Amino acid sequence: MRAAFERRRHLLDFAVRSLARRPTKNLGLVAVYALVVFLVGSVMLYGAAIRREAAAMLASGPELTAQAMVMGRHEMSRTADVAALKGLRGVRRIEPRLWGYLWDSAGAANYTLMVPPASDTAHTLAKGEAIVGEGVARARKLAPGKMLFLVSPSGKFLKTRVKAILSPDSALVSSDLVLVEEGDFRAFFELAPDVWTDIAVTVTNPREVTTVAEKAALKLPGHRFVTRADMSRTAEALFSWREGLTLALIAGALLAFAILAFDKASGLSAEEKREIGILKAIGWESRDVIAAKLFEGGLISGLAFLLGVIGAWTHVFFFSAGLFEPVLKGWATLYPRFPLAPTLDALEMATLAMLTVLPYMAAILVPVWRTASADPDAVMR
Amino acid sequence: MTAVSPFRRRRGSTATAIVFGGLLVIGAALGTASSIGDDTTHRRERAAALVAELALSDVALFTEARYTRNPSLADLHTPFQDGPASLEHFPTASLTVAPRALPAGRLEAGEE
Repeated sequence: MRAAFERRRHLLDFAVRSLARRPTKNLGLVAVYALVVFLVGSVMLYGAAIRREAAAMLASGPELTAQAMVMGRHEMSRTADVAALKGLRGVRRIEPRLWGYLWDSAGAANYTLMVPPASDTAHTLAKGEAIVGEGVARARKLAPGKMLFLVSPSGKFLKTRVKAILSPDSALVSSDLVLVEEGDFRAFFELAPDVWTDIAVTVTNPREVTTVAEKAALKLPGHRFVTRADMSRTAEALFSWREGLTLALIAGALLAFAILAFDKASGLSAEEKREIGILKAIGWESRDVIAAKLFEGGLISGLAFLLGVIGAWTHVFFFSAGLFEPVLKGWATLYPRFPLAPTLDALEMATLAMLTVLPYMAAILVPVWRTASADPDAVMR
Repeated sequence: MTAVSPFRRRRGSTATAIVFGGLLVIGAALGTASSIGDDTTHRRERAAALVAELALSDVALFTEARYTRNPSLADLHTPFQDGPASLEHFPTASLTVAPRALPAGRLEAGEE
């Protein structure tokens, strides 16, 4: 047992010495390798963190959203539609929603104007009052008590006083919100008193959502019913799609690295071949040679992997993935600032290792094994 | 006799153990540092409460166009709202996907 350990330890000593003989080359390789792990790791950590965040927040949204459709386009729902849903079995609450978008040409930003539902006592507003999201407050430099003026595309003017600013905790879902009173909203957008943007339905038993949606669809055939599961699936698909897209962009770098690793490993240099030949000639066994070379590869991979993961973690959870921000923002001015909860997922790390470490180790093994099992005399020649 | 640096005489395996051990400690320290003062559970609860109170539906990540702000409530026509042949031009549209579960009609051809 002890002899086996000492044997491995000496092989490891040999591998370190062997790496130290070519410091520039090997350090360069570790740097490039770590950079690849950093890029892929950042994308994976960020994608997973944002998916978890969105899922946790949207889990308490309405189970069902009914949206009127006319000619394949969104239409306003009527008070009569809301009444039609009343009395449906399994429905706990029906809340018609009023919300819409306002393009602010001065700030080049898109706001979501919304009326807090009647049941929401935490955000009651009087006429001329507004509650704004964190992004809006940041973009327009607002504070409670300050005035916020809104001009509609048709020229209607709405003067409001900022009552409060929504907590930055919820920035991911509320960054672009401007909450106003119902009368103000209807006057601003020139809406009839009996129209609503859509209808949010809360279902008593979450397992009955599909049944309730089917029954509701019979009552309102012109409406489209979006369940919360649809919504989380859309969010999930959106983030997975974006993560996949970013990974595809990085694929070029991954490929370049794979070529580098393959080239380095498969075409063993004459010097390395000679070294293996000498080792064999002085009595090393093939498996010792292979073990020493694998130790070398393992040291490089392990070092690069640790450095890359530490870098990616710092980038995502301490700097909010600052390098990706321009890509994520697009043309949006009101990009939310939100903290990401750090979580280390063993499966993610294993996937990252599979993507980066495994190909490198595989690229090393084959040529070393071929050279080590050949006749030392032929190898050295 | 020349003084020999203690690092010179260290065995390769010991040096490896020190470097890897050091990196693991740094990693663990960073992991702990990022979770110290982390108020995730409460923060998420507060955000979830707001979502429930206001009946919010989508994530406010891409606010530039209405179908990227609320992808689950958008329809397939919105990106082409300016005309059937107009090209979609918002950058984030390349980062989002079309919504699922749209009410579907049917088109069938046949003899009378």
